Amino acid sequence: MDLATFAVQCLNAVQYGLLLFLVASGLTLIFGIMGVINLAHGSFYMLGAYLAFGLAPLFGQNFVLMLVCGTLLAALFGYLLEWAFFSYLYQRDHLQQVLMTWALILVFEELRSMLVGNDVHGVKAPDWLAGTVALGELMTYPVYRLFASLACLAIGAALWFTVNRTRLGMMIRAGASNRDMVRGLGIPITWLYRVVFAGGVALAALAGMIAAPMSSVYPGMGGHVLIVSFVVVVIGGIGSIPGALVAALLVGLVDTFGKVFFAELSGIGVYLLMAVILVWRPEGLMRKGW
Amino acid sequence: MPFPFSKLALATAAAALSLGAAAQTPPPLKVGFMLPYTGTFAALGDAIEKGFKLHVDEQGGKLGGRAIQFFKVDDESEPSKATDNVNKLIKRDQVDVIVGTVHSGVALAMARAAKESNTLLIVPNAGADAITGPLCAPNIFRSSFSNWQPGYATGVIAAQKGHKRAMTITWNYAAGTETVKGFTEAFEKGGGKVIKDLSLPFPNVEFQALLTEIAAQKPDVVFAFFAGGGAVKFVKDYDAAGLRKSVPLVASGFLTEGTVPAIGAAGQGLVTAMHYADSMETPRNTAFRNKYAVTYKSNPDVYAVQGYDAAQLLAAGLAAVKGDFAKRSELQAAMNKATIDSPRGKFTLSPQRNPTQDFYVREVKGDYNVMSGVAVKALADPGRGCRI
Repeated sequence: MDLATFAVQCLNAVQYGLLLFLVASGLTLIFGIMGVINLAHGSFYMLGAYLAFGLAPLFGQNFVLMLVCGTLLAALFGYLLEWAFFSYLYQRDHLQQVLMTWALILVFEELRSMLVGNDVHGVKAPDWLAGTVALGELMTYPVYRLFASLACLAIGAALWFTVNRTRLGMMIRAGASNRDMVRGLGIPITWLYRVVFAGGVALAALAGMIAAPMSSVYPGMGGHVLIVSFVVVVIGGIGSIPGALVAALLVGLVDTFGKVFFAELSGIGVYLLMAVILVWRPEGLMRKGW
Repeated sequence: MPFPFSKLALATAAAALSLGAAAQTPPPLKVGFMLPYTGTFAALGDAIEKGFKLHVDEQGGKLGGRAIQFFKVDDESEPSKATDNVNKLIKRDQVDVIVGTVHSGVALAMARAAKESNTLLIVPNAGADAITGPLCAPNIFRSSFSNWQPGYATGVIAAQKGHKRAMTITWNYAAGTETVKGFTEAFEKGGGKVIKDLSLPFPNVEFQALLTEIAAQKPDVVFAFFAGGGAVKFVKDYDAAGLRKSVPLVASGFLTEGTVPAIGAAGQGLVTAMHYADSMETPRNTAFRNKYAVTYKSNPDVYAVQGYDAAQLLAAGLAAVKGDFAKRSELQAAMNKATIDSPRGKFTLSPQRNPTQDFYVREVKGDYNVMSGVAVKALADPGRGCRI
């Protein structure tokens, strides 16, 4: 492999990793911090992709505005979903959470089937993000993928800042450690959890919207992403956002180079990575801590 | 699905009547469809059933003079339910003939059950090589293709174009790897060399890393096997990566079967090999397409043709024994010797009971797969591992 190829493959790996990080960071909020095993997280990613499919034609070249509107819609959806279903789940054990969120997957898939059908769709990137940049002689890299990487990085940074440097973030962290204590201090914990949950849904949907022009929009697309993002959260250390970033980049590298060099193992490379890391550090790369 | 009690009662009554009133009017032959009626492949199952029934209608509701009674089971393209589902037809409905299915994993389980119970099975799509290979049996027939066949035909085309270094790319599952094997065999026989096989898990569509590898290796030609939504995505990504202009792409016909309108400009000029093309202007195909369009208000595809030919195959066997299904070995021998006048062109069956058929070169022009020649005449699956 020459240097140019290696560089492009690294870009591919980082781009995939950053997208995974965006999905996994939402899962980190819901699963890692709030403690709900949320199997429906892949459905939120799918929701985002279908939102992009529906909204992109309306917004035309205003792709960024579409991302913002779609994210707000998804957050509103998450807020209502928490109020209707998830707020009853915090006190339940994990088995009941798994059953409930699994049921939600089935409901969402059925709703999607009724509303938009079972076809596979593509989403067109806006003209200003179409095209490619030349890297080396025969190598090209799609402009949209560069945009996706930068967007994921920016969102990740904003998330880290919110959780670690703002009053809201402080309440979230405190609420995650001791719910009753926070309530005792007069912080509206029910509202707080609702907002955090809405944020997690919005992050997954945003990832789905960003992924839509790169990957097709199709039934059941949340399944693969769900499993890999759980892997990322577990490798990174449950509840740690920097951990999720490092883990997502590692998974991106293993997946990309595994596909190219060990095609037969490409389906399991990520799980091997998880096994090795968990043997070495049973609690993941970074413990809870910020 | 509710238990078809009335059908069972009817059949029992008919059987009782026929016992009393001598064997002049035999009971209808029971044909069981085991096809996907829900899920990703629902449209394919629907087309197969329509094709089959079209031929039965053309024969006045009878095949070889024998009335037909239909039974249906939805296989959901779910291999884990395959054995239970096929036993609903074999044990509960006690059908004489099973027609199914699309998904290779399900079809393999059906072939095993058919072999054990000696039920006549006609496979109208699933290409798994093993069905007419190691699992072959005198009572197992296929009216479609083996995965090896379209791959092999594409390999012949690629070698004829003078390409020397090829790369292959597919999903890492049976249909993908078997098709690639066929391609490699023909391409290397034609003097080329496959320098690298690329694959990704089914139904993953994140092709970017693999396309980068193709650009780095600069082969003369790329062979791809994908179908459905994954095929659309692959062809678009291939174009977007700038590879369409520098490295020609060839593929098994499934890449562009039913996907051409969705692929649009990125797929224009794409060359594929298949045992059927929409644009074949033979009187046989034109008549078939018109009849199908009038009957069902939609256009037939390769799946409808395969269903239609499953009915023709059964008809040939029944005609030889004048509708007497009890003469099974004669009936099966006649099916195996039959020449089927298919919309795809006439074909016969190999000793392993897989179609020995012409494979066509097709090129994407506008919204159609336009036939531009014949890749291989009368291509027979080698039927490796079959002992009949």
